[in-house]
Amino acid sequence: MSSTGANPVRSRVQAGLSRRYRREFLFRAGGIVATLIGLGFLVLFFGTLIMRGASAFTQTQVLLDVDLDPGVLGVGAPVDVGLGDFDAVVSRALRDRFGELSTREERRQLSRLLSIDAAFRIRDAVRAEPGLVGQRVSVWVPASANIDMYVKGQVDASIDESLRPVSDMQIRWVEMLRDDGALKRRFNTDLFANGDSREPELAGIRGALVGSFFMLIVTLVLAFPLGVATAVYLEEFAPKNRWADLVEVNINNLAAVPSIVFGLLGLSLFIDWLSMPRSAPLVGGLVLTLLTLPVIIISARAAIKAVPPSIREGAAALGASRIQVVGHHVLPLALPGILTGTIIGMSRALGETAPLLMIGMVAFIVDVPGSLSDPATALPVQIYLWADSPERAFAEKTAAAILVLLGFLLLMNLAAVVIRKRMETRL
Amino acid sequence: MTAASAPAWAQAGRDYVYVVGSSTVYPFATVVAERFGRGSPYKTPKIESTGSGGGFKLFCDGIGVDYPDVSNSSRRIKPSELAACDANGVDEIVEVKVGYDGIVFANSLESPEISLTHADIYYALARQVPGEREGELVLNPNRYWSDVNPALPELRIEVLGPPPTSGTRDELVEQAMERGCNTVPWILSLRDTDPDRHASICQTVREDGVFIEAGENDNLIVQKLEANPRALGIFGFSFLDQNMAKVKGAAVEGVEPSFEAIADGSYPVSRPLYFYIKRAHVDVIPGLRAFLRELTSDRAWGEEGYLSERGLIPMPAAERRQVALDVRDLVPMKVAGQ
Repeated sequence: MSSTGANPVRSRVQAGLSRRYRREFLFRAGGIVATLIGLGFLVLFFGTLIMRGASAFTQTQVLLDVDLDPGVLGVGAPVDVGLGDFDAVVSRALRDRFGELSTREERRQLSRLLSIDAAFRIRDAVRAEPGLVGQRVSVWVPASANIDMYVKGQVDASIDESLRPVSDMQIRWVEMLRDDGALKRRFNTDLFANGDSREPELAGIRGALVGSFFMLIVTLVLAFPLGVATAVYLEEFAPKNRWADLVEVNINNLAAVPSIVFGLLGLSLFIDWLSMPRSAPLVGGLVLTLLTLPVIIISARAAIKAVPPSIREGAAALGASRIQVVGHHVLPLALPGILTGTIIGMSRALGETAPLLMIGMVAFIVDVPGSLSDPATALPVQIYLWADSPERAFAEKTAAAILVLLGFLLLMNLAAVVIRKRMETRL
Repeated sequence: MTAASAPAWAQAGRDYVYVVGSSTVYPFATVVAERFGRGSPYKTPKIESTGSGGGFKLFCDGIGVDYPDVSNSSRRIKPSELAACDANGVDEIVEVKVGYDGIVFANSLESPEISLTHADIYYALARQVPGEREGELVLNPNRYWSDVNPALPELRIEVLGPPPTSGTRDELVEQAMERGCNTVPWILSLRDTDPDRHASICQTVREDGVFIEAGENDNLIVQKLEANPRALGIFGFSFLDQNMAKVKGAAVEGVEPSFEAIADGSYPVSRPLYFYIKRAHVDVIPGLRAFLRELTSDRAWGEEGYLSERGLIPMPAAERRQVALDVRDLVPMKVAGQ
């Protein structure tokens, strides 16, 4: 190949080769850097959330020796045990443990070691087993939020006593309990079993989770059939003319409307005009339906459009009616895309707060909703409310609730990927 | 549309108390609601955080189970709101003052201590301040605290405060700024001759980036103060109380913002918090009367009560007793002109 130099094209190509390789390298490097920056933010985001929120999944408990003396309870056993003075039982148990205290302030500090729920826990235990009255029993009861934060190392004991929520005396008591093995951190079941509470150690996301679940059910039941039917009609049956274009432009616009607008619409349509109850998951679900519908329609149309025309023509050639073409061939092939779009629409609905603001779902609701018309909140609203709470201990709860919400979003998006992969391989 | 013609899904009979109103009162109202729910046979009340104005709008919409029983507020109900209530048949309203909330000016523990007067606050935050000659106004030229008052540190003025929709903002402009503004004799004289101009001079906050509207979330302001030691934040006392390890409150007119100083009235920037109750709903909504009893009990709003633990500043004992009696007898508000 001695004629290389004689070939002008080849020499030109070779001359430019290193430049082209360099440009390709730079292009790839740019892509990698962009990806790494994105990943870095993600790691930072999850990292801070996990660092802040992980501790909320455990709860500090104190072992209390309580004397269920009917005299202290103020009830003659076994008559109506539930009405007994369980606060007195708890404060007596604390006094037995740490000795009598002289001042009122000291007694106040002692009573703040434990959650206000301690007395209720003991009451429930006694209600379940009335035979306990008159006995001495050991029960684990939750510590107060401030003590919980101290045990988790979130209170700096080295700063001046007046600047921190836990006093020196309380720290001494906690260390005594710790030395005796009467203090433990265990998994925080209250976080998942309780509704909202203003006591950070008792606050849970159950009510918000159930509220979100109800709303998503309403949204799915309404938005999926409506969205798919609209998409099928627009793609397969509607005449292609100006009106169809107009409808298409409007649907695309709707998908970009700020979500608060749907909340305002829901307020005037469902609550003011149709007199539906405020704060109800039913109304929340309807509003979220309005919000997700355009997303589902657009993705379903894209999925239907992607089905090759040869399949429609083949089916039609074999004598299938239009409904059979759609029902037997187009929809099954488009289904993975439609489901992916639906799940992505639903996960957007799960994360919405703004439209729920307008329909009264930003509220303090302790009881877990039992039906579609019971007052409820949703998970993102719960996060918003906790983030605004003055108590320091709510900071970790907020992060934990965000982690749970992200967990659900991750699951839903994972489900979308899995469904698509499985259905694609089957076809 | 009336409740009677409502379809079946409307609340046929509500078995819980329904409260709406201010996000400032929300942390206190919710604590009462939760304790009430635990300690009584009734359901826990539902408390919506709508803001004071939004709360009155819902509250005044009508009588019946679809409408709230209670509206709480970080300011008194306005005559226009009372008129709206009256127009919808909500004519007997019981006003319950539950206590006070202090408004604090706080900065990071690392930054110098600041002691402000009302005049300092006005000269630092107003859009226009008096110029050289009497009657002349200039756009606020002050950039450093030392420009405002030589006794203050040479620190750039940077204030994170509440947006105009907030009750805290109303209190800031009506109490702190206006009092500072009234230290100028010719402006004070305007109060009687030209009240509109007086209000516009005294209550307009500067918009040149020195006063930063930091949203309704006070926790966010505390975090920003931690990150930026130069800045001063304005928020409710309960947030200072919970974040003493991070921020400290500035003295106003020489008084530090402490629980005791707000309670005895020596700390000057504080506001009363109110609950308004529809008299017609009492004894119709199960638990409403008992809820009012809980709210006005000493274990809730007393000096040692659970609300004071959350940062609500209690009223003096005599005033509490009087309000509790009025609530027990459901004495309605006197509407002006009646």
